[in-house]
Amino acid sequence: MSFGPVSYLVRHAHALLSSAGHLARAPIATVFTVVVMGLALALPLGLDVLVRNVRTATGDFSGAVGISAYLHTGVSEQRAQQLASAARERAGVGTVTLITADQALAKFRTQSGFGAALDALQGNPLPHVLAITPAPASANPADMESLRRYLAAWPEVESVQLDGPWVARFNAILNLMRRSLLVAAGLLGLGVVAVVGNTIRLEIQNRRAEIEVTKLVGGTNGFVRRPFLYTGALYGLLGSLAAWLLVEAALRALAPAAAQLAQSYGSSFKLAGPTLSDLKGLLGIGTLLGWLGAWLAAARHLARVEPGSG
Amino acid sequence: MISFQSVAKRYRNGREALANVSLHVAAGEMVFLTGRSGAGKSTVLKLIALLERPTRGQVIVAGEGTARLPARRVPAFRRRVGVVFQDHRLLVDRPVFDNVALPLIVAASSLKEIGKRVRAALDQVGLLGSERALPAELSVGEQQRVGIARAIVSRPPILIADEPTGNLDPVLAAEVMALFRRLNEVGVTVMVATHDLHLVKESGLRAIVLENGRIAGSEPEATLPTIEARR
Repeated sequence: MSFGPVSYLVRHAHALLSSAGHLARAPIATVFTVVVMGLALALPLGLDVLVRNVRTATGDFSGAVGISAYLHTGVSEQRAQQLASAARERAGVGTVTLITADQALAKFRTQSGFGAALDALQGNPLPHVLAITPAPASANPADMESLRRYLAAWPEVESVQLDGPWVARFNAILNLMRRSLLVAAGLLGLGVVAVVGNTIRLEIQNRRAEIEVTKLVGGTNGFVRRPFLYTGALYGLLGSLAAWLLVEAALRALAPAAAQLAQSYGSSFKLAGPTLSDLKGLLGIGTLLGWLGAWLAAARHLARVEPGSG
Repeated sequence: MISFQSVAKRYRNGREALANVSLHVAAGEMVFLTGRSGAGKSTVLKLIALLERPTRGQVIVAGEGTARLPARRVPAFRRRVGVVFQDHRLLVDRPVFDNVALPLIVAASSLKEIGKRVRAALDQVGLLGSERALPAELSVGEQQRVGIARAIVSRPPILIADEPTGNLDPVLAAEVMALFRRLNEVGVTVMVATHDLHLVKESGLRAIVLENGRIAGSEPEATLPTIEARR
């Protein structure tokens, strides 16, 4: 007998090839099982890709989140400049832009269509405004509220307005989608384990005679279990590849429509598929789930098959 | 080599297959186990191969008491007992080579060793050259010889056979028995279960006679006519 590492690898290679051979000898059954697993794995992968594309398309609307601090009309431009500098010093503040009263009036004049009416005004009724964008890490409701209170406490500030609360709601929806994705992935992962487990259970029933003979000539439970574990892992691997192909195919089908929609908004956004890192993760998780399903089925059913039990 | 001490075996369905059976087979001996169908021959073989455990008493095979042998040691124990079945129990979708190699594969033998031993075993049973054939492509007698090659390929010290000639014509049966004799001559302890008294008589070997799960006699060839008369 030989128990060296080479022998160990040879035994495993033998089991792997034997498992691959069994799958190849039943191509229709194998394809059906792989497609079912592919669909189960494609749903969470597709959802993940969708969420990421939505984030990319909207840029998280991070630029739309901001605070406008309206100063009292009597505050000088120089003082407004000082307040803008002070605001920039605060942690969590990304950019601070001072919109002077004159700039605001000029913009209003050109955009409002009330140019002639504005000429009738005695002076400029508009205040200086500090347009503040939070740092990306602070673009959350709690930090934004904290910043609002901080600015509102300044005596030169008349009022503070939070811009884009809808963005927070939008991000909350995306977060909900991400959490739903995790739940769906967990449930569908269980589905994959169940599909592989049931397939392996049937495989054990079909190969009962072979298992009995193997045990009769001294095969250990580990030896008998090994090809089934490889079969499960191969199902997982092939199912993952099928999922990747399904998602890629779906993206290709949707890409023209998405590009057309983006173009109508003046964007050059294009749908992005799963990355190489996604593919590696998918293959790893799929293989692991297949192996787990096979292990559970083998642990439960193989012990019942003994040479004398038939 | 094989020792039964007051062994009883009752199956889960309540049937008592053996009752107070004591027997002894010396190392290097070849014996027949005979009796009517249902006499308990197969149960004796199953107890030796550790496919069953005794309900009562001691079964000692190659110095190992089987009654309380831990499950983790059962595979190693089974590798020391070659078993030949009447229905061969070959893997129908595997070629002859793979069937014969199975005991060596489970024992983690090297590929070189497997190749060498499989060819030697097939040579012993006269099937060298049939390595690639599937069992279905062989005659019944050849299939039986593949089963024997599988049983002896790992050179177990004990070989047990359950009705190995049951499906064979007299010529093939004689060939198989001659093969067992040759294995016995090189030191293998052989026990052959058969209800073919003609075969037993011709061999001139000791026969252990079972009747309703009990030892009815352990007799040399000369006394077999008496046993036959009792049947």
